[in-house]
Amino acid sequence: MVFTLRRAFVAAGFAVAVASPFPAFAAWEPTKPVEFVVPAGTGGGADQMARFIQGVVAKNNLMKQPLIVVNKSGGAGAEGFLEVKNAKGDANKIIITLSNLFTTPLATGVPFNWKDLTPVAMLALDEFVLWVNSESPYKTTAEYMTAIRGADAGKFRMAGTGSKQEDQIITVALEKAVGKKMTYIPFKGGGDVAVQLVGKHVDSTVNNPIEAVAHWRAGTLRPLCVFDSAPMAYTAKITATQAWGDIPPCKTQGLAVEYLMLRGIFMAPGVTQEQVNFYIDLFKKVRATPDWKKFTEDGAFKDSFMVGKDFVDWVSQAETIHKQLMQEAGFIAK
Amino acid sequence: MEDIGNLMHGFAVALTWKNLLFMFVGILLGVLIGVLPGLGGANGVAILLPLTFTMPPTSAIIMLSCIYWGALFGGAITSILFNIPGEPWSVATTFDGYPMAQKGRAGEALTAAFTSSFVGAFFAIVLITFLAPLVAKFALKFGPPEYFAIQLLTFCSFVGMGREPPVKTIAAMMIGFALAAVGIDTVTGTLRMTYGMPALLQGFDFLVAVIGLFGLGEIFLTMEEGLSFKGKSGRIDPKIVWKTWKELPRYWATSLRACLVGCWMGITPGGATPASFMSYGMARRFAKNRDKFGEGEIEGVVAPETAAHAAGTSALLPMLTLGIPGSPTAAVLLGGLLIWGLQPGPLLFVEKKDFVWGLIASMYLGNIVGLIVVLTTVPWWAAILRIPFAIIAPVIVVICAIGAYTVHNNMFDVVMMVVFGVIGYVFKKLKYPLAPFVLALVLGDMAETSFRQSMLLSGGNMGIFWSNPLVGSIVTLALVILCWPLVGKLRSRGGGGGTPAPKEA
Repeated sequence: MVFTLRRAFVAAGFAVAVASPFPAFAAWEPTKPVEFVVPAGTGGGADQMARFIQGVVAKNNLMKQPLIVVNKSGGAGAEGFLEVKNAKGDANKIIITLSNLFTTPLATGVPFNWKDLTPVAMLALDEFVLWVNSESPYKTTAEYMTAIRGADAGKFRMAGTGSKQEDQIITVALEKAVGKKMTYIPFKGGGDVAVQLVGKHVDSTVNNPIEAVAHWRAGTLRPLCVFDSAPMAYTAKITATQAWGDIPPCKTQGLAVEYLMLRGIFMAPGVTQEQVNFYIDLFKKVRATPDWKKFTEDGAFKDSFMVGKDFVDWVSQAETIHKQLMQEAGFIAK
Repeated sequence: MEDIGNLMHGFAVALTWKNLLFMFVGILLGVLIGVLPGLGGANGVAILLPLTFTMPPTSAIIMLSCIYWGALFGGAITSILFNIPGEPWSVATTFDGYPMAQKGRAGEALTAAFTSSFVGAFFAIVLITFLAPLVAKFALKFGPPEYFAIQLLTFCSFVGMGREPPVKTIAAMMIGFALAAVGIDTVTGTLRMTYGMPALLQGFDFLVAVIGLFGLGEIFLTMEEGLSFKGKSGRIDPKIVWKTWKELPRYWATSLRACLVGCWMGITPGGATPASFMSYGMARRFAKNRDKFGEGEIEGVVAPETAAHAAGTSALLPMLTLGIPGSPTAAVLLGGLLIWGLQPGPLLFVEKKDFVWGLIASMYLGNIVGLIVVLTTVPWWAAILRIPFAIIAPVIVVICAIGAYTVHNNMFDVVMMVVFGVIGYVFKKLKYPLAPFVLALVLGDMAETSFRQSMLLSGGNMGIFWSNPLVGSIVTLALVILCWPLVGKLRSRGGGGGTPAPKEA
């Protein structure tokens, strides 16, 4: 018990150290453990990426201080964003974003915007693929669209992660393109969504590649198209006959919907350029490792890196698109 | 049999000195994590995950899964000694474990808890070894209506049998449901009852509530009643383990039932927490001395512990074969697998035989190692109760506060813990039951979500809950269990009675 208590006190001291505000320094390098906020639960795409980066940083000694992943998933991620927004000038805190950077404030009315944070870098973009069960008769996007058009409104069921978030936004765009309503069923995580489709409880999903790849390889799911302007860049065979690159873009299949999800890094407001540069540099080093290459390949991420003005421009454009899509879908909080 | 051959090969992989050492370290760390309330298996594994990146994947997953076992074992310790559940699935263990400790039978309760944990986990491992592919297919049958049916069964097997007046039970449960609804709503994506306060975005965490209600509430009561532990008179007997073991075989029926409930809940994946509640409820229902439950029945410790461990262990199966984690800890382990380049899914058993069978073999070994480690410490844990209250109570409060803080790294949770402590005290003074409150808080959100998902699927038709034999029989069973006490009463009154008809909801 004595040992237990000592551990507890160490943990307490540690926790207090992480929580206390900290002034910024010149000639900068983190002077205490860096908190890596994930505005989502454990096990999701953003969480996996954050924990992967944490592992790479530790394994290759890329930073003197440890990187600690903290999940702040409350209110569809609002909790995490608000914390970073309110940690003005604290350079020992970074946050990884997903689309909820845009969708959460719009859908819930919680007061934050990406402009409240300091943009650091885009790490990658996550793709979305239209999946059906491989035992279903639909071999192509066109066949599936025809089937939806021919049935009663709401007969076809789409499962997705969360409500008024990326999966449902894509579903609404798809409904618009097809001209018929579907029934959207929200689940908590992407893994659950994929399994619901394997178990034939729903008709289709728009899972990210990493969420569905295991079932694709096992022959239980079939990809119809990818919601991107061009095929994915990966040509290594995933199943016996197909690679990620063999999945056609949706718009060449008569479904003009495109959507990519940001995996980017932001910091608290009021940090110096020097501090931002430290993290840009850090992520450049992470991206240079073979581990990262394998990680992006496995998850079929779109490997694009942006910093500075390019990144800011991309984010502002993405915000406009989300606003428009959510406005049309009636998802904006009053 | 090919499986046996694979398993033997697995033992060869797991049984190196290095891996055995990792097992020991893992179990010890796990027990410590389990003892600290709030730190929990999921957080513990998440914190330690990066440490294992430099190890070979098989050793790493062996160590991590041993941390997981250790946390499962450790959760029982504080539940029994101080009425503070270290893990959500240990809540049901407090119902009889803590009264036992108060009567000076802490050693017996701990031995029973650890042994049951072992039995439950062992049963689940055997199941995984021989039935993995079959069982994985069964999990696919579970859509939203099936999940709701299971949650309904948990409620029904637990409700309607307390000694408290039904009105108080229902009131406590409704407060639990109300608190469970705070935060983001999965189905509509809007915020509920947050009143613009950022602190409420996360909702009320079950662990924070439990630490306050049980742990602090109990300390408040003890302070009022005279600043000392009731259990301190208990003699410390090194032979307590043997003595308890002699008694345990008597409860084989409860154990078996708990194993089945646990495995089923782990695979589907309902999780260890509902499994422990359901198993406790059933044990109480089927026991002859039903009225003694809650006053320190050893059977009331055996039932939830066995089920929690059977569930916790079998939860790894859907994780490996389908990539869906059966528990938060399994979710973090899943992240670990991906980082090592192992892709959980139907093909893992084919492509990474070494890894999978090494892991399964390490489950057998890890559990045996775990049991030996924890059983040898039983007298020491029991001795803690002899430390004067004035010293131990502030320590417990501090540990509780750290536990509440670590759940989300949030000071607000510590404040909420104190509030829940006061609520717990008031509930006890007014003789309102805490269990239905806790059950509603932990399952309310899940049950609501799966109910509404089912309604979306069926377009609002309740018939979906009888749409196939699987869901239909679970729902009917739940309703039968709910109505059973009424039937029993009618029988004893009128002599004849009849079989209860499943009523339309």
